[in-house]
Amino acid sequence: MSTCPVTLEMLPQHPDGREILTCLQCGVCAGTCPYGDVMEYPPRRMIAMMRAGMLEKVFTSDSLLACVACYACMAKCPRGIRLTEILLPLMKEQALTHLPELPRELQRALQNTLRYGNPMGEPSRKRAAWVKTAGVPIRILSEDRKPADTLWFVECYTSYYPRGQDNSRATARIFHRLGIDFAILGNEEKCAGECGRLTWEPGLFETLMDYNMAVFQKYQFNRVVTSCPHAHNAFKNRYPALGFNWGLEHVTPFLARHLDRLEPLLTKKLPYSVTYHDSCCLGRQNEFYEAPRQLLRAIPGMKLVEMVHNRVNAICCGGGGGGMWLDTYFKAKGYERLSERRVKEAAATGADVLAVSCPYEVSRFEDALKVLGLDKRMMVRDVTELLAEAMEE
Amino acid sequence: MHVLVLLKMVPDVVEDLEIASDRRALDLDSLRMILSEPDDHALEQALLLKERLGAVVTVLALDAPEVDDALFTAAAKGADRVIKIVGMDAGATTRQAARCFSQVIADDTGIVPVDLILTGVQAIDDLDGLVAPLVADALHMPFLGIITGITLDASGTTAHVIKEFPGGVRGEFEIQLPAVLGIQAAERPPRYVPVAKVRAAMKSVAIECAQVPALADGGWPAVNVVEMKHNEPPAHAKMLDGTPDQVSDRVCGILAERAIF
Amino acid sequence: MTGTICVLAEQWNGQISEVTYEALALGREVAGQLGVPLTAILTGSHSRELAAALGAADAVVYVDHPLLAEVIPQTCADALVQVLTGSRPRALLVPLTNISLGIGTLIGSRMGVPVVNFCTDIKVVDGKLAARCVLYGGKIEAMADAEAVPGLEPAVFGIWPGARPSDRGRIARPVPVTDAAVVLEGTRAIRLSKYIQPEAGDVDLTRQEVLVAVGRGIQDRANLEMAEELAKSLGGAVCGSRPVIDQGWLPLSRQVGKSGLTVKPKLYIALGISGAPEHVEGMKDSKLIIAVNSDPRAPIFNVAHYGILGDVLETLPALTAAVEARKTIAHHA
Repeated sequence: MSTCPVTLEMLPQHPDGREILTCLQCGVCAGTCPYGDVMEYPPRRMIAMMRAGMLEKVFTSDSLLACVACYACMAKCPRGIRLTEILLPLMKEQALTHLPELPRELQRALQNTLRYGNPMGEPSRKRAAWVKTAGVPIRILSEDRKPADTLWFVECYTSYYPRGQDNSRATARIFHRLGIDFAILGNEEKCAGECGRLTWEPGLFETLMDYNMAVFQKYQFNRVVTSCPHAHNAFKNRYPALGFNWGLEHVTPFLARHLDRLEPLLTKKLPYSVTYHDSCCLGRQNEFYEAPRQLLRAIPGMKLVEMVHNRVNAICCGGGGGGMWLDTYFKAKGYERLSERRVKEAAATGADVLAVSCPYEVSRFEDALKVLGLDKRMMVRDVTELLAEAMEE
Repeated sequence: MHVLVLLKMVPDVVEDLEIASDRRALDLDSLRMILSEPDDHALEQALLLKERLGAVVTVLALDAPEVDDALFTAAAKGADRVIKIVGMDAGATTRQAARCFSQVIADDTGIVPVDLILTGVQAIDDLDGLVAPLVADALHMPFLGIITGITLDASGTTAHVIKEFPGGVRGEFEIQLPAVLGIQAAERPPRYVPVAKVRAAMKSVAIECAQVPALADGGWPAVNVVEMKHNEPPAHAKMLDGTPDQVSDRVCGILAERAIF
Repeated sequence: MTGTICVLAEQWNGQISEVTYEALALGREVAGQLGVPLTAILTGSHSRELAAALGAADAVVYVDHPLLAEVIPQTCADALVQVLTGSRPRALLVPLTNISLGIGTLIGSRMGVPVVNFCTDIKVVDGKLAARCVLYGGKIEAMADAEAVPGLEPAVFGIWPGARPSDRGRIARPVPVTDAAVVLEGTRAIRLSKYIQPEAGDVDLTRQEVLVAVGRGIQDRANLEMAEELAKSLGGAVCGSRPVIDQGWLPLSRQVGKSGLTVKPKLYIALGISGAPEHVEGMKDSKLIIAVNSDPRAPIFNVAHYGILGDVLETLPALTAAVEARKTIAHHA
């Protein structure tokens, strides 16, 4: 995985970029893209335009707004071209400066992230307010500088949004029962910036990366565990260039690693049938398919059913690549919301619970269930919420 | 054509505002400052005039925490010159600020002549006056406020502006240049500029500094703030608790009582 | 007018504005406490008959001039300074609205007198006038001493809409009107070309008995449908705060607030509206206000009669369902 930034100019000279020249124009990328039917320039056409020296047209179309950075194209490309990782972010960066107007909601999210460290525009001083409601002690490094084994990087939705806070409380409870030595950054924490990186704004990402690395270097810890797969990706792929060299795990595989100690604590029966949605970042990008399933199977009473598109074929919730803030834009253009498409598939399994492991998915899928009138039949829960529920006090 | 934009930083109300220990002002150290939103619109409107008419845009701001960010952002968006007035006491009132702007504009041979001066119609801390009419009077220019649109006539000496009135009514006015306009909203929302461009501006653009002029004690009688506190208005809604269904039932009961059904 | 409490009256569309009546109500109280008369100044061209509506004042000064037909702040200030210099009131209350904004500032600067904006109250403290002002988007209250330096009169108070109920300033009583002449330059630096009326909507919000108002909390144009359903169930119409209109989700004719309409329906349901002063100004006199917001500190809860702390997108459909259920019961009863 490349860690140094590639630019559009030097693309052909760079090893990761040169691969783009080997594109067969087979169109598997466009065929697998969830928005391939509405995108004017899916990756195949982008590369063709690049070869024809006509990239301007790609940048001035709003085609790139429809890319939700789901890695489907990259996972299926027979040449293994690093589409989502390298080509698409570069394209988006150019489009940002060429588009006559950036959709307002996305603009606001980017501006808020820069200013307040979160896309919602919530005060930075309230980021750790949820800690008081956790019910278990949570150490904040700026208040208590003793070294910790694990730095838990909570992230934005899991700090500020009520449903995200449910996830955080569940995570804290589980860490506590497992005796994990952990601490959080609290109000010093700012978004890891992944959505900035894949979402048009490398400058924003660099600013956040500089900031977060400076904060990390103030404290002592052995590993970073994060609730957000997007943050996990940022730390894994780009932060090492600035010296990030700690152990890194997303909460789900982290808990799966502790399953031998966790399983005996799961004493309450949860008689639900559950279907698991593979998030793009955790799934396709990092191939963590089995860890969450192991955890779910460890819950007494739980029956696991699979959706038609699972594991590498999972359909994105639509939140990546800026999609989180483009729902209005997509709706106005008549695109089907990807979260609605996915939720229909989940409901078709007949499961009671749609289990997820990315904070974006909870609000997106709960919304979609409501819009489709399926919210009485199915509920959305993060894997950690289900584990905490199964842990009796 | 030369357009001058006047910018002011104001306390960012997203974070909690804290009162200073003397309880007569905000605790400035605890504040974050942000560009006053109507001023951001004024800048956007100026940039639109630059795009449409090739106007040259100069930005003039009072020194304040985080003003450099605002000025580099303005430069990254296309402002041709960014100037900061330094040496002012913290906590200057609006009338002092306007006085300062007017004198710097009049004295600085590099700024005048100016065809149009744009600034936000009102800021959230304009306790003792508004910048636009004060600057207009000081520079002997005509002034109109609550402006949401500007076009120039062919000669470039008259502006046609749209002013908002109550009830969604708009008034179209002709105003002779040079003039001062208080902008309510630009014709488009303020544009986004990539952070990379702002960072590039930080390396390539120099913020000019103008010294705050010795302001003759032209007597603006100070408004003494005797006490400042968080706003606790007397009334508060009677809160209805419960699930959405329970709450909705209660609402229906209330509506029935009031014969709204 | 020397030593009086004076209110600058505004006219719009051939009528005295609501905020003028609010300022008169406040002015009456202050004048009463000081034991001095309440006067009013009205400017215009051929609109002397409007002075009769200012019965809350003890006397009205009417200033007529062709150049005062439209309110152009500098011209207005010109005229007012001439009138006020001759006999200075103790205080001048100027409404802070789209009509009069800027006039108070200009008078203050030209006459070298104090100006205090955002006033929601004026108190007499130790015989001197102090203003209660609401700053920083309504978050901070400041008490400001407007008469710190003796002898500078009038102290100009910019009156924020909603300072008093307008009815208290609407008093039907004959009031003596005197005319004041002013000299204004025939400068054509600013000229009104025309007024542009908003597009005629299908709905006149000011005539609706029930309004379902949506703000940023509705999050998405797609969710407007839910609001339309509730409005339909209640026999009302949907309106919005400025951000919703700015986004293009509703037309201008549906905007409530400072630059939109002022409404006083029987029922105003505010969904995901924070309650910024610019919006509250347009709906605060609604008979029954029910607000739904997920932020317990949203200022709308200070204006609403009933509040629901919750997710708009969850509460809205529940409300519609409950209303429909009640109607069905009533229908079958």
